[in-house]
Amino acid sequence: MKKKLVVIGAGMASGRMLEHLFDAAPGAWDVTLFNAEPRGNYNRLMLSPVLSGEKTYDQIVTHDDAWYSAHGVDCRFGEPVVRIDRKNRVVYSNSGGAPYDALVIATGSAPFIIPVPGKDLPGVVAYRDLEDTQAMMDTAGKDAVVIGGGLLGLEAAAGMAARGARVTVIHLMGHLMERQLDPAAGYLLQRDLEKRGIAVHCKGATKAIFGTDRAEAVLLEDGTVYPADLVCMAVGIRPETRIAVDAHLEVERGIVVDDALRTSDPAIFALGECVEHRGQVFGLVAPLYDQAKVLAQTLLGADAVFAPVQTATKLKVTGCDLFSAGDFADGPRREDIVFRDPGRGIYKRLVLENDRIIGVVMYGDTADGAWFYGLMKDGTDIGPMRDTLIFGPAFQGGAAPDPMAAVAALPPEAEICGCNGVSKGAIMDAVAGGACTLDAMRSCTKASASCGTCTGLVQQVMALALGGAVQDAPEGMCKCTDHTHEDVRRLIRSMGLKSIPAVMQDLGWRSVGGCHSCRPALNYYLLAEWPLEYRDDRQSRFVNERNHANIQKDGTYSVVPRMWGGVTTPAELRAIADAAEKYDVPMVKVTGGQRIDLLGVRKEDLPHMWADLNAAGLVSGHAYSKGLRTVKTCVGKEFCRVGTQDSTGLGIRLEKLMWGSWTPHKLKLGVSGCPRNCAEATCKDIGVVCVDSGYNISIGGAAGMEVRETVPLASTPSEDETVQIILAVTQLYRENARYLDRIWKWMGKVGLDWIRAQVVDDLENRAALVERFQISQSVYRRDPWADLSTPSETPKWAPLADLTLEAAE
Amino acid sequence: MTIFVDIGSLDDIPAQGARLVKTAQGCVAVFRTADDRVFALEDRCPHKGGPLSEGIVHGTSVTCPLHNWVFDMNTGQAQGADQGMVCTYPVKVQEGRILIDASLIRRSAAA
Ligand SMILES: Cc1cc2nc3c(=O)[nH]c(=O)nc-3n(C[C@H](O)[C@H](O)[C@H](O)COP(=O)(O)OP(=O)(O)OC[C@H]3O[C@@H](n4cnc5c(N)ncnc54)[C@H](O)[C@@H]3O)c2cc1C
Ligand code: SF4
Ligand code: FES
Repeated sequence: MKKKLVVIGAGMASGRMLEHLFDAAPGAWDVTLFNAEPRGNYNRLMLSPVLSGEKTYDQIVTHDDAWYSAHGVDCRFGEPVVRIDRKNRVVYSNSGGAPYDALVIATGSAPFIIPVPGKDLPGVVAYRDLEDTQAMMDTAGKDAVVIGGGLLGLEAAAGMAARGARVTVIHLMGHLMERQLDPAAGYLLQRDLEKRGIAVHCKGATKAIFGTDRAEAVLLEDGTVYPADLVCMAVGIRPETRIAVDAHLEVERGIVVDDALRTSDPAIFALGECVEHRGQVFGLVAPLYDQAKVLAQTLLGADAVFAPVQTATKLKVTGCDLFSAGDFADGPRREDIVFRDPGRGIYKRLVLENDRIIGVVMYGDTADGAWFYGLMKDGTDIGPMRDTLIFGPAFQGGAAPDPMAAVAALPPEAEICGCNGVSKGAIMDAVAGGACTLDAMRSCTKASASCGTCTGLVQQVMALALGGAVQDAPEGMCKCTDHTHEDVRRLIRSMGLKSIPAVMQDLGWRSVGGCHSCRPALNYYLLAEWPLEYRDDRQSRFVNERNHANIQKDGTYSVVPRMWGGVTTPAELRAIADAAEKYDVPMVKVTGGQRIDLLGVRKEDLPHMWADLNAAGLVSGHAYSKGLRTVKTCVGKEFCRVGTQDSTGLGIRLEKLMWGSWTPHKLKLGVSGCPRNCAEATCKDIGVVCVDSGYNISIGGAAGMEVRETVPLASTPSEDETVQIILAVTQLYRENARYLDRIWKWMGKVGLDWIRAQVVDDLENRAALVERFQISQSVYRRDPWADLSTPSETPKWAPLADLTLEAAE
Repeated sequence: MTIFVDIGSLDDIPAQGARLVKTAQGCVAVFRTADDRVFALEDRCPHKGGPLSEGIVHGTSVTCPLHNWVFDMNTGQAQGADQGMVCTYPVKVQEGRILIDASLIRRSAAA
């Protein structure tokens, strides 16, 4: 009598295994095939083309009824196996049993369903089988939400979008496909998807799915609600091992098998996504096909050994050219080589270890993917070609990436010189008309003739038009880029770049995540440019601004509450004294800016101390910020016998308007009530000295490493106008200066006359500047102490773990 | 073979940030990169003792917040012209949990 083979699961792995078995030894086994799905084998990889309408189900069937009957397979489709009786060697479905001599478990994976309210509503699907695909094909003209921005989720999203659905992808992490891509490449992918009308919401945690009879909407932790006629969860899969666990086979993450694919029971074998081999589980078909070959031989009594190899992925979303292979996980001694060509939307990254490629990601141009993949699989020592490796097999000469690409990519109407409204096209035309030097350009178009911050860009546009360099390019912002600070600011504006990864990708950064000098600058430029849209990136801030306190040399912090205009009350002083005692502050000191400094506070105490100070009505003094710090004031006419105006009141008014604002460098103001200048207002960034007839405003003072006296900007008769001019000049500085330039330094570059023209003479421009300042303040005029001393934030200030306690046990 | 202990969830560390772990051998900074790799380094800059956990993380490097020395987190080696290095410790992520070298629990490195 022929021996009986029972197979559980008619999936891609078992299908291939049966082919090998029947090819090598037709009729050796009597086969019974169970499948939970009411059908036989089809090519699961091709569900995406079925979803998008490029293929039909019939076209992806791999084994039809004729094939099964030709090989005498007893098909039990639509009958999930519910139990394995190992003692008597029988498997059971709900309609009866089948005895076996050998059993193969090939149950694949179960999709992971996030345990949120509403997950069981009709209209919530995974992306695993034909039923799921059919539900998704039905969304034309409807709202669909895909949870999970990995490979599978994006295939689902693109497929539904192709069917005419309005699709939103919700992704928990900061960027799409974070396992394969770095933030810049993730941004590129996101932009491509958005171009196709797919909305993407990163850092989105699903809280609940709403609906009465079926799914209607998805609610996120941050309160956002997306309407959804269909919700597709594609957040991950895990091996489907339930029947193996029930049968007491050895199961870790998957069903444990040896090199011959035998489980802990010698009569039972397993293959496919449900297995774990030497600690590894599988999610792509290539290694499963190798398993199929090995298992067929094992069943025929031959010795065969399964040894997994590295696998590569290609995203099957039409129009998104992505290739990813190998390992991007944590590990010591790993290095990256990154190449970007922003003009063409191309990104390539190689992960190296010991001069061997261990990971490859390519976006936009994947032509060399197979070559890199080959080097990776063979473990080739790439040391000798390291310098030119990233350029691919065809290129071993090695030209540096072109820093001009970003400028070349700008449309002709893009504004290059903001002061004079000169477009890229106008500069190109002027060059064509004979303006070949910067001076000639300035005299015929006025481009870069005013504040001059766009000089580098103008030169690059001219070089583009001339086909060569005009003059030596000015120095780049840092080693990550050749663009100057001024160019970067202007390109952020004209290209509409709204995130750090966007800037790095589109302006061709040479590094994987920038460095400590460009990241804080970019963060500032973006929040100054897009106050309503950009979200501050705390990790791109210097420690003081991240922790809202000044770090001291021993790693403790100092805390400075705000005292508006230097004025305080007994109650506030009492609260400060209480806090100083409660947190054992070793020194209490009055600062040069008329505030009280509590020195030597431990990091984990910060949020508690803030909460106490908040309770007494005190807020952060921003004594740590590249932003408004203090407005120092003198007594003024309220009390002083010589005071001419209410200098204290004006100082308080300015501080209340301006606190919380971020500026290129620290910003200190002073207001004195008469020329005796007790507030030392003439060595501040902006100073006001009151006189009988009104207010003298001067700017550009400093008392730091450079000591400078302010220079007069304007004299006004009214306090209101004084305030307007100060807000306008602050905003001009915010929009225009290079990060880490104090006002005096910026003034040296653009000239006092230009500043005066902008904020004193041009009333319309002054009003516009003030308005933009106020818009920004509507976001940033808030107390970081209150935001960060909440119950959810406070624990983050303490150590993550204390292993010294465990040692004591 | 290294034995590992669980010190918390990957989500407890912000991307491109760090958290401190107190150990019998001093403070250890556990970093998370933008692409979710983790590294564990001694939290004391060899220059003047700056807390590396408060530095800016870029790629697989961190810049000391006090005087801008840059360290490669793979090796602990100072980059560029600066000379020096910090200890690195085995650390890994498994199913969203961070595991660190259990020998850090022991009283002292020499014992
Ligand atoms: C939409 C989609 C796109 C994909 N794209 C790619 C790609 O581009 N490249 C790539 O390499 N891989 C891709 N994959 C992954 C690939 O399809 C899987 O790796 C492969 O199908 C796994 O094969 P398998 O035989 O282990 O499991 P499956 O093919 O999943 O088959 C398992 C079968 O077992 C059945 N079953 C489960 N439990 C029982 C039970 N108790 N009784 C009876 N039957 C049961 C299931 O119903 C299923 O039919 C994709 C997967 C999906 C879902
Ligand atoms: S600056 Fe003039 S008004 Fe102010 S305190 Fe001094 S003397 Fe009085
Ligand atoms: S203490 Fe780290 S650089 Fe000086």
